[in-house]
Amino acid sequence: MELLSGADMLIRSLQDQGIEYIYGYPGGAALHIYDALFRQDEVKHILVRHEQAAVHMADGYARATGMPGTVLVTSGPGATNTITGIATAFMDSIPMVVLCGQVASTLIGEDAFQETDMMGVSRPVVKHNLSVRHPSEIPEIIRKAYYIASTGRPGPVVVDIPKDMTAPNERFEYAYPKKVKLRSYNPAIRGHAGQIKKAVDMMLAARRPVIYAGGGVILGKASSQLTELVRKLGYPITNTLMGIGCYPASDKQHLGWLGMHGTYEANMAMHHSDLILAVGARFDDRVTNATEKFCPGARIIHIDIDPASISKTIDADVPIVGPVDAVLKEMLALVKDSKKEPDAEALASWWKQIEEWRAFHGMRYETSPDVIKPQEVVEMLHRLTNGDAFVTSDVGQHQMFAAQYYKFDKPNRWINSGGLGTMGFGLPAAMGIALTHPDDEVLCITGEGSIQMNIQELSTCNQYKLPVKIINLNNQALGMVKQWQDMNYESRHSHSYMESLPDFIKLAEAYGHVGIRIDRKEDLEPKLKEALAMKDRLVFVDIQVDRFEHVYPMQVARGCMKDMWLSKTERV
Amino acid sequence: MRRIISVLLENEPGALSRVVGLFSQRNYNIETLTVAPTEDETLSRLTVTTTGPDRVIEQITKQLNKLVEVVKLVDLTEGPHIERELMLIKLKATGSQRAEIKRTVDIFRGQIVDVTSSVYTVQLAGASDKLDGFVQAIGTSGVLEVVRSGISGIARGEKVLSL
Ligand SMILES: Cc1ncc(C[n+]2csc(CCOP(=O)(O)OP(=O)(O)O)c2C)c(N)n1
Ligand SMILES: [Mg+2]
Repeated sequence: MELLSGADMLIRSLQDQGIEYIYGYPGGAALHIYDALFRQDEVKHILVRHEQAAVHMADGYARATGMPGTVLVTSGPGATNTITGIATAFMDSIPMVVLCGQVASTLIGEDAFQETDMMGVSRPVVKHNLSVRHPSEIPEIIRKAYYIASTGRPGPVVVDIPKDMTAPNERFEYAYPKKVKLRSYNPAIRGHAGQIKKAVDMMLAARRPVIYAGGGVILGKASSQLTELVRKLGYPITNTLMGIGCYPASDKQHLGWLGMHGTYEANMAMHHSDLILAVGARFDDRVTNATEKFCPGARIIHIDIDPASISKTIDADVPIVGPVDAVLKEMLALVKDSKKEPDAEALASWWKQIEEWRAFHGMRYETSPDVIKPQEVVEMLHRLTNGDAFVTSDVGQHQMFAAQYYKFDKPNRWINSGGLGTMGFGLPAAMGIALTHPDDEVLCITGEGSIQMNIQELSTCNQYKLPVKIINLNNQALGMVKQWQDMNYESRHSHSYMESLPDFIKLAEAYGHVGIRIDRKEDLEPKLKEALAMKDRLVFVDIQVDRFEHVYPMQVARGCMKDMWLSKTERV
Repeated sequence: MRRIISVLLENEPGALSRVVGLFSQRNYNIETLTVAPTEDETLSRLTVTTTGPDRVIEQITKQLNKLVEVVKLVDLTEGPHIERELMLIKLKATGSQRAEIKRTVDIFRGQIVDVTSSVYTVQLAGASDKLDGFVQAIGTSGVLEVVRSGISGIARGEKVLSL
């Protein structure tokens, strides 16, 4: 067997794990590891400008590909800078491994230079964390970290690596384990057959069914199974913000997404349904509105890989714990074999009702002859990119407009921080995708507030030639905050204005990129086309949009699913 | 309702802090907590007592099970079980109090395990309400110090919590 130092074992383990890219930033406690990186060229390292961005890059890559992302940082401030990124990945169940340097094991507990208890600090926001106690453990720990991160309900795993574990002068036998043994970790591999049967019987007997799909369908790579089942049944489907793309948005059975800023018809259909099939969704408060008023007439079937997601906020009548793809496949087989068919008459009248709701509102906004509306920018981008781009976003009104007006027909294309709502996510996430998808269009639809939270990454984009198209929906305000202040605080705009904005064009140019400003409506289409035509350049498109626009529909706080504002003046 | 949840945990550094952290992060109660290694040195046995509505208790067991280092757990209060707590209590014992205390200790089947001219140290094991009853019988004015172990529990009959 080969003899390798801890640092070399770490890098070899990454190679054997098939890791192509890692994102990171060096520092004292990680220097042995960085030296090992230098002496090989299989694992490529991307040097960011802030560790938070490294985590979002790994995250964007993971969301687009379904593969775990990898981050490498030093101890202390390097490690603590990753926390927001890790929490973002944790809330959305994104597979990722974060390798953190640590002070030497002999110094731990002595308040050594750049010592932070990363095991303790990260504990509440990781799926698991592991600490290296002997260099010879490294291959097994790395194998375990990837295994835990990417199986069951995925999530981030932190590995804490004291500096002496990677010392170059001590060598150990290297072998990368083929299998992982973990007696205390056994994610479900199939759903309970009896429960699945019961669920199918209920589904076929339903009169006003609706399918409610979440990010778990995308994480569980179950879009095709879901689509097939939904088409076979002919039932309406809605999905969460995280589930966007799990079912084609252009299909007529799709009602758009649901919840706080969901469509009128999706929220109405949920509220009036008699049966909800929840797939890989978690009844989060941005979906349910007041839980005690949630869908009073509905029985609920809930499929999830994580038992703790079931009956957490809303009780399930039929819980099914298992991987969504396997469970949906079994359901489809049962539906096909069943002698029972959905009640055609009931279904027809249910669809008639839904079509009335759709006709009553649908997605709409008021256009203006001279002011650029953020919604129309997104619609135009959808048209100009044939609905086929990867779209990352930040947090705020622009995020909601992007999700509402870019119609995604494929999974893994809508990339946003849904659970934590992290401003600053969009640009680095787009970078992670652009790096590994050179032939695809990657848009970052952002706001002038959010983009400034990781703007330094324009430098990284220059170094690695990442041709992201940044679409800055510039409303000169922390728009979403301002909207809440308009609605709940009599328009007292406490600190929601963005004063002293930089000249984004000059800023982009200073970083070596192209900047385009759009402030006249007639320039919108030609200049967007011009930006998109620059295939190998990063273009920062700064668009002056309506400063007073609100996002609608918006659920009325503490109401039920169907209590919504449809515009500034219409409430239903 | 009060629940006693018994957990087999990997005997690893940090595993206990994950369990304790989970309770505070998710706003669950901990009334008592005991932990010690088992006959299999790779495992610890942890007993936690908590209270909450059924939905919360269900979440607690599910969230505990989700921790990678939790191997197995059981809610002992779901079936017949035995629960015990150990108390060491230091009492003021002078003059006529000494005989009185001795009698009360006998009634509760405790033992006086240390004696000085003015102090008795008493050891008492049993269900928690029995320990409460003893303290009440003695009267708080005579109590100098109380140490309670927290509850340990085991299922009755054939049922065992093991690998
Ligand atoms: C890191 C972080 N801090 C604060 C917030 C709260 N927040 C939510 S939306 C928003 C405004 C975002 O402004 P901008 O990026 O310009 O987007 P807009 O709503 O104007 O489209 C803020 C401050 C957040 N989500 N993330
Ligand atoms: Mg803004």
